[in-house]
Amino acid sequence: MTNFTVNGKPHSFDGDPDMPLLWYLRDIAGMTGTKFGCGQALCGACTVHLDGAATRSCVMRIGDIDGQEVTTIEGLSPDGSHPVQVAWRELNVAQCGYCQVGQIMQAAALLNEVPNPSDEDIDAAMTGNICRCGTYPRIRNAIKQAAGGAK
Amino acid sequence: MASDYTPTNVSRRAVVLGLAAGSFVLSVPLSRLARADEEKNGKKKYGGEAMSGGLKDDPRIFLSIADDGTVTLLCNRAEMGQGVRTSWAMVVADELEADLARLTVNQAPGNETKFGNQNTDGSRSMRHHFVPLRRIGASARKMLEEAAAAEWGVAPEEVRAREHEVVHQPSGRRLGYGALAKAAGARDVPAHDALSFKTPDQFRYIGKSDVRLVDNMGITTGTAKFGIDAQIDGMLFAVVARPPVYGGKVKSFDATEAKKVPGVIKIVEIKSPDIPSGFLPLGGIAVVAENTYAAIKGRSLLKIQWNDGPNASYDSKTYRQTLETAASKPGKVVRSEGDLDSGFAAADKRVEATYYIPHLAQAPMEPPTATARVTKDGCEVWCSVQNPEAIRKDLSKRFGLPIEKVIVNCLLLGGGFGRKSKPDFASEAAILSHAMEGRPVKLTFTREDDIHHSYFNTVSVEHLEGGLDAEGKPTAWLHRTVAPTISALFGPDPKHESPTELGMGAVDVPFAIPNLLIENPEATAHTRVGWFRSVFNIPHAFAIQSFVGELAAAVGRDQKEFLLEIIGPDRKINAKDLSDTWIYGENPEKYPYDTGRLKGVINKVASEAGWGRKLAEGHGLGIAAHRSFVSYTAVVIEAAVSPEGDLTIPRVDIAIDCGAVVNPERVRSQLEGAVIQGVSLATISEISFKNGRAEQSNFDGYEVTRIDASPKEIHTHLVSPTGYDLPLGGVGEPGVPPVAPALTNAIFAATGKRIRSLPIRDQLANTV
Ligand code: FES
Ligand code: FES
Repeated sequence: MTNFTVNGKPHSFDGDPDMPLLWYLRDIAGMTGTKFGCGQALCGACTVHLDGAATRSCVMRIGDIDGQEVTTIEGLSPDGSHPVQVAWRELNVAQCGYCQVGQIMQAAALLNEVPNPSDEDIDAAMTGNICRCGTYPRIRNAIKQAAGGAK
Repeated sequence: MASDYTPTNVSRRAVVLGLAAGSFVLSVPLSRLARADEEKNGKKKYGGEAMSGGLKDDPRIFLSIADDGTVTLLCNRAEMGQGVRTSWAMVVADELEADLARLTVNQAPGNETKFGNQNTDGSRSMRHHFVPLRRIGASARKMLEEAAAAEWGVAPEEVRAREHEVVHQPSGRRLGYGALAKAAGARDVPAHDALSFKTPDQFRYIGKSDVRLVDNMGITTGTAKFGIDAQIDGMLFAVVARPPVYGGKVKSFDATEAKKVPGVIKIVEIKSPDIPSGFLPLGGIAVVAENTYAAIKGRSLLKIQWNDGPNASYDSKTYRQTLETAASKPGKVVRSEGDLDSGFAAADKRVEATYYIPHLAQAPMEPPTATARVTKDGCEVWCSVQNPEAIRKDLSKRFGLPIEKVIVNCLLLGGGFGRKSKPDFASEAAILSHAMEGRPVKLTFTREDDIHHSYFNTVSVEHLEGGLDAEGKPTAWLHRTVAPTISALFGPDPKHESPTELGMGAVDVPFAIPNLLIENPEATAHTRVGWFRSVFNIPHAFAIQSFVGELAAAVGRDQKEFLLEIIGPDRKINAKDLSDTWIYGENPEKYPYDTGRLKGVINKVASEAGWGRKLAEGHGLGIAAHRSFVSYTAVVIEAAVSPEGDLTIPRVDIAIDCGAVVNPERVRSQLEGAVIQGVSLATISEISFKNGRAEQSNFDGYEVTRIDASPKEIHTHLVSPTGYDLPLGGVGEPGVPPVAPALTNAIFAATGKRIRSLPIRDQLANTV
């Protein structure tokens, strides 16, 4: 039995401990905000926060998160008002939007650690998050705008 | 298990103009005018009129107004990042004189009989639907005005709709849209010639850049529902092990270990079709389970022996040689002007070059996924798909159901790029639900499945030869394009590019060269070739625009000046004079190839990019221009190559002339995305085959551009003719084709090294 919290609520799971957290969230908990993109920690679509750190849920064994806190996009803010979410809307960052949950979770974790990131900081932190639609220029701008707004 | 998923989010408020926005309402009688349009015959149809289902503009089908004034618009085209739902809302709200903030957009289910064409492909949505959308808004506005006039007993000329209400000008009386909707909905839909449209100076939303995306909140909070997010009570989860070689079949399999995985429920063999297999699923062994993880784990334990079939030796290295050999000899003539031999005889200098572009996979971030429930009474599918009607047709035939019994709920697409024009993944989900006796099944392609079983962009060798006279003027142009055709999906074994493919930049070359010959030698397809954002324009534009750069260099000319010169004087060329029988399905009279517009984007992008400006050591500027999807695009790229051969892209400028611009903000975002997708295919993306199998599996082998390699700056420039009467061009795809040649031209300017084979990857190592 693995016990952990998702967005502050207790969850427990007694199935296959090898199951990646991603599939627990999507298929068992019915929380579809976190996306599947590659299953191999190559694209960032599945990014959640595990004890505050950006983590690829597609390769995180559920058996390894006992006692930890998971935050998904559904719990990043109660009403979509996290500065990153606000900046994303103000700049119309999204195209198809599919990667954006992962981008937002990654960017929010970046700003927690580096409140005023440089272009290099942004590239380094965000390079694991693929956007096939090509929204990178706006992601850069939105992170900077969120950083300004969060000051 | 999660609760039932209601895809169309039907408003619970009373809906009084038109029909409820739900998916299962009876079909509406066509308005008299729409019917009259359909009955018009004897005339060749073009554009949206020629598409299956045609164009529909009856406001009662698309619009409802609740008694609180909330307007609900049904969007009949797939949203895949191009912003169609937002742009649809802008156009309708504008002509309706509605407040965009009080308009919600719901997604229409698949039903071309009712909603008109829904095949969201070919950069056609706004191009075909702008006028019908304006009519939808303008007719509903007129119906509201007439209802108000009747209510007040005044002449209709005395009332005017403004900002969600109708005002009686002489008396100042006003009624909101909610209060009028019921009476308005009871009125006849006005005839087309009774409609009045806004003039551009009256637009509130069309052409304005400050409109936020209607799906912004859902996307940024994770509540937006993509195809993969469908949750249906009692659903199971499945993956399929498909034949790794196109045309392969299961010889035998052993599922003993797979069945032992906790959560695995059933192993289902899906029969493989004979090839060419068109849009049919490839067959194989499916694992149906209680969750996706168990299905994936079960699949990894299957032991399958395959019969690989006739494509087992498909090998990209030897195939490239096959194409090159074909390109070295004459082939089927697809366009000829003047006399090539005398053109070369008159030449002072002769240049030749051969270019290669490999297969590409669309790899949308949301892989193909569908959920289906099939019972004897009908079939319902939830998925993200570009062409829902193709699914309806397939499932109706497959299960012997009348098409009305096949419901396709269209969710957001996590990218499409052509991959989701095919119904194969929805067919698989339906086959599995059928095998599970009606339990809903969600079928997911893993990324490996997506990359192995794409409908790949073609692979191509393009051979060009040019002659230049003593003044450096081109006298002869020979182009041989060799690439397996998409038509080979449908047999019987076509080996030549179709008119559609040739019309994507190969024959429609607007150059003022007196002697020109374009040939298309044979190529055999050994995998599924399909549409990829801008399709055959990619290899054609890469080769042609690179070769223009090579000719310019051969005579020591400035690339941009030479490009303008080779295009020649401003003129409007009829498609038939380019041997182009396709012209994107449009009316050639309405859409001539306008060289003035092509030169317009070249001049615009060059001046914005500071063409000719002084650059740092190791930097270079390159330019390319191309017309596709009846829009004109030009790109200038600044490339920087380090002494070690590392490539960076400090700046990209891209200009488009797509006719009138409806949603400038989304046009810009499409161009930004096209630049990055173009950079991706130019620099790192490649699908190659060995032993019939795609060698790449995931984003480690099939690389796509990430943020750190993305251009540092992208500047987008909209060159739009004024007025909204000009026919519109496409937007989603035309940005892609000129990117790769602009980049390789820039690399040549920076280093003197000519890249003729994509992707560039490490070809620049030690060149500087
Ligand atoms: S799905 Fe986890 S990184 Fe791609
Ligand atoms: S917005 Fe489509 S993948 Fe990023």
